[in-house]
Amino acid sequence: MADNERKGNGFDNDNSPRRIFLKKSSALAAWALTPTVAMTVVDNGLHEKVALAVEQMPLWLTINGKAQQLSIEPRVTLLDLLREQLHLTGTKKGCDHGQCGACTVHVDGQRVNSCLTLAMTTEGCTVTTIEGLADGGPTGTLHPMQEAFIKQDGFQCGYCTPGQIMSAVACIREGHANTPEEVREYMSGNICRCGAYANIVDAIMDVKKGGAKV
Amino acid sequence: MTKDTKNPPIDRVDGRLKVTGGANYFADFEIPNTAYCVIVGSKIAKGTIASLDTKKAQNAPGVLGVFTHQNMPPIPGWDAPVGGEADGPAPKPKTEETYRILSSSKILFDGQPIAIVVADTYERATYAASLVKATYSKQTARTDLQKHVAEGIAPKGADGGNYLRGKPDAYQAAPVTLEANYTIPIEVHNPMELHGILAHWTGPNTLMIYAKTQGVNATQQAMAEAFKIAPKNIHVHAEFMGGGFGMGLRTWPQETAVVAIARKIGRPLKLVVNRSQMFTLVGHRPYTVQTINMGADQDGKLIGIAHAATAETASYEDFTEATVNMTKFMYACPNVSTRYRIVRLDRSVPIWMRGPGEATGAFALESAMDEMAHKLKLDPIEFRLRNYTETDPEHNRPYSSKNLKEAYQRGAEAIGWSKRKNEPGSTREGDWLIGYGMSTGTFNAFRWEASARVLLKADGSLTVQSAVTDIGPGTGTALTMIAHNVLNVPLNRIKVEYGDTSLPKAPTQGGSAIVSAVGSAVFDACTSIKQALIELATKNGGPLVGRQADELTLADGILSILTEPKKKVAVSDLMQANNLAVIDRTKESKGGPQLQNYSMYSFSVHFVQVRVNPLTGVVRVTKAVSVADSGRIVSPKTAASQMIGGVAGGIGMALTEEAVIDHRFGRFVNNNLADYHVAVHADVPAIETIMIDKPDPIINPMGAKGMGEIALIGFAGAVANAVFNATGQRIRDLPITPDKVMQKLT
Repeated sequence: MADNERKGNGFDNDNSPRRIFLKKSSALAAWALTPTVAMTVVDNGLHEKVALAVEQMPLWLTINGKAQQLSIEPRVTLLDLLREQLHLTGTKKGCDHGQCGACTVHVDGQRVNSCLTLAMTTEGCTVTTIEGLADGGPTGTLHPMQEAFIKQDGFQCGYCTPGQIMSAVACIREGHANTPEEVREYMSGNICRCGAYANIVDAIMDVKKGGAKV
Repeated sequence: MTKDTKNPPIDRVDGRLKVTGGANYFADFEIPNTAYCVIVGSKIAKGTIASLDTKKAQNAPGVLGVFTHQNMPPIPGWDAPVGGEADGPAPKPKTEETYRILSSSKILFDGQPIAIVVADTYERATYAASLVKATYSKQTARTDLQKHVAEGIAPKGADGGNYLRGKPDAYQAAPVTLEANYTIPIEVHNPMELHGILAHWTGPNTLMIYAKTQGVNATQQAMAEAFKIAPKNIHVHAEFMGGGFGMGLRTWPQETAVVAIARKIGRPLKLVVNRSQMFTLVGHRPYTVQTINMGADQDGKLIGIAHAATAETASYEDFTEATVNMTKFMYACPNVSTRYRIVRLDRSVPIWMRGPGEATGAFALESAMDEMAHKLKLDPIEFRLRNYTETDPEHNRPYSSKNLKEAYQRGAEAIGWSKRKNEPGSTREGDWLIGYGMSTGTFNAFRWEASARVLLKADGSLTVQSAVTDIGPGTGTALTMIAHNVLNVPLNRIKVEYGDTSLPKAPTQGGSAIVSAVGSAVFDACTSIKQALIELATKNGGPLVGRQADELTLADGILSILTEPKKKVAVSDLMQANNLAVIDRTKESKGGPQLQNYSMYSFSVHFVQVRVNPLTGVVRVTKAVSVADSGRIVSPKTAASQMIGGVAGGIGMALTEEAVIDHRFGRFVNNNLADYHVAVHADVPAIETIMIDKPDPIINPMGAKGMGEIALIGFAGAVANAVFNATGQRIRDLPITPDKVMQKLT
């Protein structure tokens, strides 16, 4: 599959990541759900190696500008892939059910809950995490939203912060940051238990009014 | 003493790490060969495990072990059946029934771990956990406090909750009386970060732990006692913690279990519990019912208050908190009695949650004060002022500082209190009824023992070290400011290291006590460095020989004569001349005996404007002003954030937060963040915070008192009072949900 075919919204054509995933996983399921086969494997003590072989699937995607060729279990979420396999621990797990927003990343420019996204569905996609939002790092340039969060003290414990920032950037890009009220509505999927909301809204409005490219 | 000027607001020192994803929380650390733990919880609340089938799980791919009460590796310090105790490890049994994780087939609460599954990946462990099958012999669980209030017992211990000043029933004969019952539901801390542990045995008797704890020293001590190894062989790291709000004030049994299993398996283990387990395995604010009886004369002078509270605890451990304490000292009232009871239910044990019992008690007391003001046709602030006390009536001693009158006044101005009509239900804007409410909060200002190390290097940089963790209030930033204020080292040359047991011992972060405790140690260590510099400069042969300490000033690495700025020496030159690469001071700090002569409290006043829709029952907080009287504000920016955080937490407590149990099964029905509603962006308006910012002359050299708790304490009462002012209806059961409002209004 050529690169340009993997782009787009990715969910409604025959070559979409979802379709490919379903095809692959159906084949796998048919095999794995045969009880006698599964139990024989276990009884023979082969289950470790065999399981490893059948559970691994190829995945191509771009994360923070870097093309990745991976081999993963189909049941791995994008969140756990980032955190447990790719060492991108800036993205946080808060609920694993898409209820808190701590795991928000951008997939093809859209904000998504990475805990609700099976990694296999991001085949061919471009993923951006907090680590890839700007040069960042200990001394690098910060994204205007990161600067604004520091200036407005838009966090306390800092745990929800990567998700808030990724969501905030998307909120402006979507055109949903015209008033503080609108920001509150469109940021309500990102919970901050420390309660830094008022400062987060100020930070987003600062960036929006500042007019910097986000 | 620090100079008596207000501190500038500075950015959080760990801000860059937090906005770039560079701040590492326990689960972010990576140890090669780490395996993953998943807890299987009981599906009944009381009974015994009749059968437990782990064979399928055991045989699932990647599984390294399935641990149950039948094969749990030993925890040597747990030989005796032990009850456990908040804020510490392994104490003596308190009740007949005790709880030790995976130690018996007995089920004491819903969600109690019945197995811990270990596998080489998180996915495999999760799948295998789904294969563990249990059957139970079920007994009827008692989980509803409302049905068992009469079974309340007085907790053991010094205060036992009973207090009496004057006559217990004096309120009865007062010209104006009030009796009211208030209820607080189960609330759950629900920090955004999930609880867990990353444990690695680095040798047969040496342990590295990355923990979600509010105190690394406390975790170290708990593990030392559990595994009977020396604390120095246990390294605990928790520089960042994704919120605690109290749930990290103790070492929880599953943490100890994971450490034991890691030793057995011989691999590092990581446990991250799921969100529903946050409701059962790491404590909660206990369901509490309260009754307030109050009597006043026609002039609005309080004659008597009786405050009784009954709270739930576990069947296996007595948890208590200071629910009725505020009533003892808040107002000038000659007759005050309090009573506190606990009821042992088939529930997991509670733990202090932000503004612990005081937030529960303040909701009742400050609602009652509002109700009484209404009966007296007095403005609620005026009623409080008529019963204002400058000395602590509980202990008959002065407050170390109290500027509450100023707080009332400034908060009232900021919210526009003059627009409030004392007659409820009299302000309407379109479809909405408008109301204003206020409430007071207070919490002990502690001065605990703590230590800190400060190193001044010849290159002019300063390093501040303490084991204290920073759960979010901005401890690192506050400690930076304190060091800066003493030594005038530029802020960008100060580095703070914290959250690790290799650093000087510090208390657990809680009780709003850290700036006071650790800050004082930092202050003392910095002061000692300053004295050393002055001695070097003024000794025989020194560049400022013969000068007195009070003639000198230290700024930006230059020591100079105050009145003759040209006479000066660079600190770096001074240190080099004396062959000093570093001046290194460690100080332990605790308050002197003079502190006993004072009552030390922080105070807050919360003001809110609410809109209530009489057609839908919806309550919206549209304006909030919180005023803190907590001594000198060391770090204004992070302090203001703590206050707005209290408002967000308070809005949740007042309007949405309630963990609901289906008592037929003793199980939660809303144990997730979609159904347990913490405040979200859309619930929280812009907030004004006001700092009185006057140093307390007694408590510590900075004059700073804590503010983490007072940010929340009282807020829910202010909302309830505002709802009354808007509608004329009093809601005494939190949270104030639309159904309750509708029931009252129709």
